Amino acid sequence: MKLGYFPGCSLHATARECEESLRAIAAPLDVELAEIDDWACCGATSAHATNHLLSVALPARTLALAERQGFDTVLAPCAACYARLASARHELAKDKALLERVAAILERPFTNAVKVVSIAELLRDLAPKIREQAKRPLGGARVAAYYGCLLVRPTEVSGFDDAEQPSSMEAVIAAAGGTPVEWRRKVDCCGAGFSLSRTGSVIRLGRAILEDAKKAGAEAIAVGCPMCHSNLDLRQKAMSRTLPEPLGLPILFLSQVVGLGLGLDPQALGLGRHFVGTGSFVAKVTAPPAPAEKPAETKQEVA
Amino acid sequence: MAGPASTRRSTLAAEIRRRTGLNPAKCYQCGKCSAGCPMAEETRLRPHDILRLVQRGRRDRLFADDSIWLCLTCETCSARCPNEVGPARIIDALRELALESGEGAPPRAIRALHESFLKQIRRHGRIFEFGMIAGFKLRSGKLFADVGKMPATMKRGKLALSPRNIAGVGDVRRIFDACAAAAGKEVRP
Repeated sequence: MKLGYFPGCSLHATARECEESLRAIAAPLDVELAEIDDWACCGATSAHATNHLLSVALPARTLALAERQGFDTVLAPCAACYARLASARHELAKDKALLERVAAILERPFTNAVKVVSIAELLRDLAPKIREQAKRPLGGARVAAYYGCLLVRPTEVSGFDDAEQPSSMEAVIAAAGGTPVEWRRKVDCCGAGFSLSRTGSVIRLGRAILEDAKKAGAEAIAVGCPMCHSNLDLRQKAMSRTLPEPLGLPILFLSQVVGLGLGLDPQALGLGRHFVGTGSFVAKVTAPPAPAEKPAETKQEVA
Repeated sequence: MAGPASTRRSTLAAEIRRRTGLNPAKCYQCGKCSAGCPMAEETRLRPHDILRLVQRGRRDRLFADDSIWLCLTCETCSARCPNEVGPARIIDALRELALESGEGAPPRAIRALHESFLKQIRRHGRIFEFGMIAGFKLRSGKLFADVGKMPATMKRGKLALSPRNIAGVGDVRRIFDACAAAAGKEVRP
């Protein structure tokens, strides 16, 4: 499967491990990622909170480039970029006058023909292949799937999963050999774009999310958004400050969880780049299965 | 529902409807949006309060307050609204309107973030986080926030220091100019 790849700004910087793990799992899953040549930033919150036309035109330029470069589907692994690209596509499909207006601003041919997929949707559809290729049972590790806002909302834009009780990320975790955790805050907001400008809100919201995951027995959280990742990983120490003990929950990108399940090298998956150490989690999930779980013939070989 | 304020025709509601295609009059104040709003405990106006003030055309109260700027656009309100009113998109339109008319502006730190962010896109076509953060610090006055995290971030290879413009940066600047012209105002928070 060949996909137009829209990394977005974060995957080249603070979320490098997201790109590294994605590239690492692509080959074993028969996915070819071809980066869209000369893509621009999606505009993120700063565009949609200040100028609506800009928030449609910036993603539209990238979609127009993808169209000309021959892609029929674009993968946006950052949930925030995904929401901007998919929202622009949705609005332009509904409003022909807006499409004409935007094409005129872009000064390039644009028919809005390219589909946009999120990482959760892509990996859910690849779950049978992940299951087939999985090398390790992840030691039965309990992983909480955290969707945040933009993978499942706005509902009319996303629509690949239920907005209140989504299950696609759980299907991916299970296919990779992990045990998905039942918890309550998987579609809550972590404070997203306020990480720098209103840090206190992010600490309050993130702490509630992490505490709930911990209470449900999670040993790690899987995310599909670099903003959620940065808030819950980089700011976890500050979120723990008022608690009796540190939360100590590694925050992994969903592609890293899949990579571990496929038996790939943790360093190649960028697992050394986290603020909350992933060492003990990785050690647990990469440990050889206990002898009792080994099939009989393997036992004979060992003997 | 009767009263002098509610009999006044709200040109604000009409303006919002023109911009978004959504009809604020459909809100019947059930409060489900506010029940799920992650910022409701920090804002003076909750989503259903904002909708009511839009219906009553109270630009003064909407734009004199920080509340619309504290919306995270998490879209929980819009996903749960039983009458498909779409508060999140309406709040975005209110912010845009406040900036265009000069009746309101974001709190300093949020304004600093949007300014630094948009400036990076206009200048390079993409965000270079180092430059964006530096610009944010200067504009917000939060000079020392998170400086302790910089060495650890660099050590993890997570900050690109030198920006590189995309080839089509001229395209991007033209898009900014066209959108500014449409708004009748430079795209600046």
